[in-house]
Amino acid sequence: MQRSSRARKQPLHAHHKSQTDLSAWRKGGTIDSEKSLQSHQSANDQKYDSQEESLEQALSYFEKVQDCVALKKQSVPQKHLDAVESTALKQGLPPEGFEILLNIVLSGKFADTVNTRLLKSLIPASVIPEDSVVKAVSWLCVSKCSGNIKLLFLKWLITMFDYIDHKEQLHALYGIFFSFLQDERLCPCICHLLYLLTRKEHVNPFRIRRLLELQARMGMQSYLQALLSLYKLFCPEQVTITLPGKMKTYFKNSDGPWKAAITAVRQRNQGPSSLSQTLFLGTAQPRSRKRKWNAQLVIPASSANTNNLEDDREKCFYLYSTNESFPLEQLHTFPQLLQNIHRLEFPSQMGSVLTNPLLLHYMNCVKDESIYLRLYYWMGQMLQEECTWCMVDNPYEEEFKSFLETVYKAECFLQEGFSACEEFLYKTLPLWDGFCCRSEVLRLLSWIPLSSFSDIKSYLYDPLAQLFFTSSIYFKCSVLESLKELLQNWLNCNAIQVDLESSSLNTTLSGLVNGVAELVRFVGWISTVGLRLENNSMLLLYFILDFYEIVCDMYLKYNLPLLIMLPAGIFYPALLSMDSVNLNQLCYIMYRTNLVAAKENELCKKKMLQFKFSDQTYQVYNQYIIAMVGCLWTSSAFQKDIHPQGLHMDDELLSKTAVKELRNSFNIVYHPAMMGYSIQFLQQICPDDTTFNFKLIKGKKWNWYLEYLYTQGLKGLKVFIESSISRVSQASCNKAGNAEA
Amino acid sequence: SSNGSGGPRRLSRALPFGRSHGRLGVSSSGRLIVPAPSSQEKADPQKTAFLLRKAWTLYSVTPLYRFRRGRLRDYARLLGAFIAAEKQKGLAVEVGVELDIKVALSSLADLRGSELDQDALLVQLSSRSQASSKNSEDKVVWSGWFCSVFGDDLSENVPEHFTCLPLFLTHGAESYTSLVGSWFQKTFDCCFRRLAISPLNLSWMVAMWAGCKLDRAASAVELVFSVPRLAQPLDISYAIHPEDAKALWDTVQKTPGEITQEEVDVFMDCLYAHFHRHFKIHLSAAKLVKVSTGIASAQCDGIVKILHSQYLPGVLMLLTELAISQIQ
Repeated sequence: MQRSSRARKQPLHAHHKSQTDLSAWRKGGTIDSEKSLQSHQSANDQKYDSQEESLEQALSYFEKVQDCVALKKQSVPQKHLDAVESTALKQGLPPEGFEILLNIVLSGKFADTVNTRLLKSLIPASVIPEDSVVKAVSWLCVSKCSGNIKLLFLKWLITMFDYIDHKEQLHALYGIFFSFLQDERLCPCICHLLYLLTRKEHVNPFRIRRLLELQARMGMQSYLQALLSLYKLFCPEQVTITLPGKMKTYFKNSDGPWKAAITAVRQRNQGPSSLSQTLFLGTAQPRSRKRKWNAQLVIPASSANTNNLEDDREKCFYLYSTNESFPLEQLHTFPQLLQNIHRLEFPSQMGSVLTNPLLLHYMNCVKDESIYLRLYYWMGQMLQEECTWCMVDNPYEEEFKSFLETVYKAECFLQEGFSACEEFLYKTLPLWDGFCCRSEVLRLLSWIPLSSFSDIKSYLYDPLAQLFFTSSIYFKCSVLESLKELLQNWLNCNAIQVDLESSSLNTTLSGLVNGVAELVRFVGWISTVGLRLENNSMLLLYFILDFYEIVCDMYLKYNLPLLIMLPAGIFYPALLSMDSVNLNQLCYIMYRTNLVAAKENELCKKKMLQFKFSDQTYQVYNQYIIAMVGCLWTSSAFQKDIHPQGLHMDDELLSKTAVKELRNSFNIVYHPAMMGYSIQFLQQICPDDTTFNFKLIKGKKWNWYLEYLYTQGLKGLKVFIESSISRVSQASCNKAGNAEA
Repeated sequence: SSNGSGGPRRLSRALPFGRSHGRLGVSSSGRLIVPAPSSQEKADPQKTAFLLRKAWTLYSVTPLYRFRRGRLRDYARLLGAFIAAEKQKGLAVEVGVELDIKVALSSLADLRGSELDQDALLVQLSSRSQASSKNSEDKVVWSGWFCSVFGDDLSENVPEHFTCLPLFLTHGAESYTSLVGSWFQKTFDCCFRRLAISPLNLSWMVAMWAGCKLDRAASAVELVFSVPRLAQPLDISYAIHPEDAKALWDTVQKTPGEITQEEVDVFMDCLYAHFHRHFKIHLSAAKLVKVSTGIASAQCDGIVKILHSQYLPGVLMLLTELAISQIQ
């Protein structure tokens, strides 16, 4: 008794401690100052101390009760009952209290009203010892208490199931609980309890038959359905059931009168909230309309593989030997995945992995070609059957859209494209109107794998180009966005691969380089034509340069021996753009396409990489740099440009235009894209001057102006000027004449 | 780390089977009318007689995963219980007990073409006679069979654990097709799709079958066309005496035993020209929806009836090819 009383004090003490948590009090909003906090707390201390005492007295009283006792008002037991009730509802009961109180309740020593009140107060402060429950079950078997109390106890047990500290012995009592099914009143509760307790080893033909007998006697009952579906989950070779679609709750009123009290106590104790076991009856798939059985864009629910046969288990009596596998229906959390990863099986229908992130994780870990093949066949058929622009009068566009969306999300998750999806795109792009499910289709494009097969031009680029040229500017931008993602994905995936397989680098590298080069050239071509079709639209140019921002990183960031300059048809519209964002981006691209570094790299890596950049690339780069520096910096537009498609013009021709200061007109002050900045700058340095004398921006003010531009977010311009201009000025000092690269 | 090494390995992988992307285009330059005689010899007409003269609805089926031939009896019990459970939603059914609908699964050994082909699989549902008299036979209410005749294009490329029986034919209520199909989908992770037959393939069929020799007096060769875009549906039936059709075909065909697209086109053009001469109607502008010959009949919505056991493998070979092209 001594020992137990000390043990009993402990949780209360711990509980008391948690009450000193300041934040907990503040949340309650009862306390304003620290002073009143202290006074309140000490009052509380006293209260709890006295409560603790009276609870102790009550428990020792109930422990010693020998015979049947009648309860009268103001009597001793009444006082103790009140003590138990008030403590339980406020702070919950300590673990040792349960055995004493359950003994009292189920031994029938008191009248049912007392027992009911006691049962209702059995709220755990922390946990319920398994022993107390086992003893209670033995009381249940001797039937000293009334049916009502039995029922209430079972409800209590179901609600408190997750608070029981261990459950091994309870599992061992499975047969005892099962025998209570005979009692029709208890049957629903027993089914629920069995539902919580059932493991695969509990399911056997005898029990199945008993349940089927019950079903035959009582008809369709939701609690029987739930238990039988669980049995089916564990032993599909012995019993099967199809649940009706509409069912939502399988166990009624399972929370009993305790739910509110538990929540209150738990909140006050702030203990770890245990998740109650969720129902996992994966049944009714939401079906909006009635559709053909074989053509539903419903992604199957992930359910355990019911066809789990292995050759070496041929002798097994049962068709399925899932003894060791973990039912997928019970897989809900990532820790579960980690704990059971060795005994997981893929679902019976692979398609269900698409909507299950845990299974997608698992897929990433398992190297089995058959899972990809199953997914390939399923997805291929789904895409073809439901494709809204291939099937005439297919009214399910929204469903198809969301299906494509799901596929795309799974691809992003796995960081790889599905081959069924790739084939689908190749097959249907020539038939696509570019409108139906536009964003979904274009997103899927970005996960087409880079393969060595050479027909990508006729399957992807040709139909895409046709759509590109004949569709709106928004479509053009979206296509470029997708192709940018595609390039990015190729580069990322292969960067990883190069890291891993640096030894066998040369075998795949040429294929990768050719594929990437082909894509970049394709984009260069459609962009050049697209810009002309759309009158050098700033919006389109923005998307094009966005693509080239990745292209210019291919060499330095992704280590690809590949340098591709943007075509003149893009370079010049960007250089002369009316929009500072595009000009800034062009500067950034030219800065990143750092051929000086490339050349150095090439020299030292030459032995390793058998690729050499053509002289023409250097030539074009130099021409672009000269043109840019001439326009933006040295105010020598139209003069120094030596690119065949460039801005060079004869002096004679220029003089006919009668424009003054021609050569200045594209430097960083006069450039149409920069004019806004230079005006604002002038307003800041000479607020009184309204004539906008741009010539003031020179010498020291030119440098201030540069600083001003850099603060305006023109980072591309900054890095370009800082890198290229110094080189140029150095070069001109050396009288080399042009930018040496 | 498994994440990192798992991903890129697959990224460089080709498609999960060997065929190249060339299959995207139709390339049926030449077809054999009947399979090699070696496969025909073993066929016993008695065993497959029940397949003849019934209207079969066609489906294509992707390879079955983890299908075991030795487990047919277990599958039958499970399928039976599944059908019972689906019919009385909400009530559990014990597997293996006697139920209203009896399910039988069996192999049809004779329906194969090449060595790679699997035996066909027959599924039969029969209702137990209510009279409970043990002598009375159960009545077959639905039957369906999976088969592959020269389906090498598919079967040579799939790994272990997959069974290729790409053609599925059913006869009986659609509700049973749906139950059986759903169970197969769930159990073997396969997909079913109705197999429609395009007008092009129907013209192939009529050309192939018109040229075949038949022992007994054959029925007429009939082509049914549907005229599109009319307020009232209008079908035109075009019947030709089988001997005339054969005579026409013999003048068209260059190499006996093999057919080319060009020959089929010429054959059809001749028929169209003849019809136009008499009725001034261009049948080429209408849609061919049904063909029937002494060997078999076929509808564009994927319903066939095979009449002659000698040509059963040949017809199935063609249908297998169509099913495979719908899968890949």
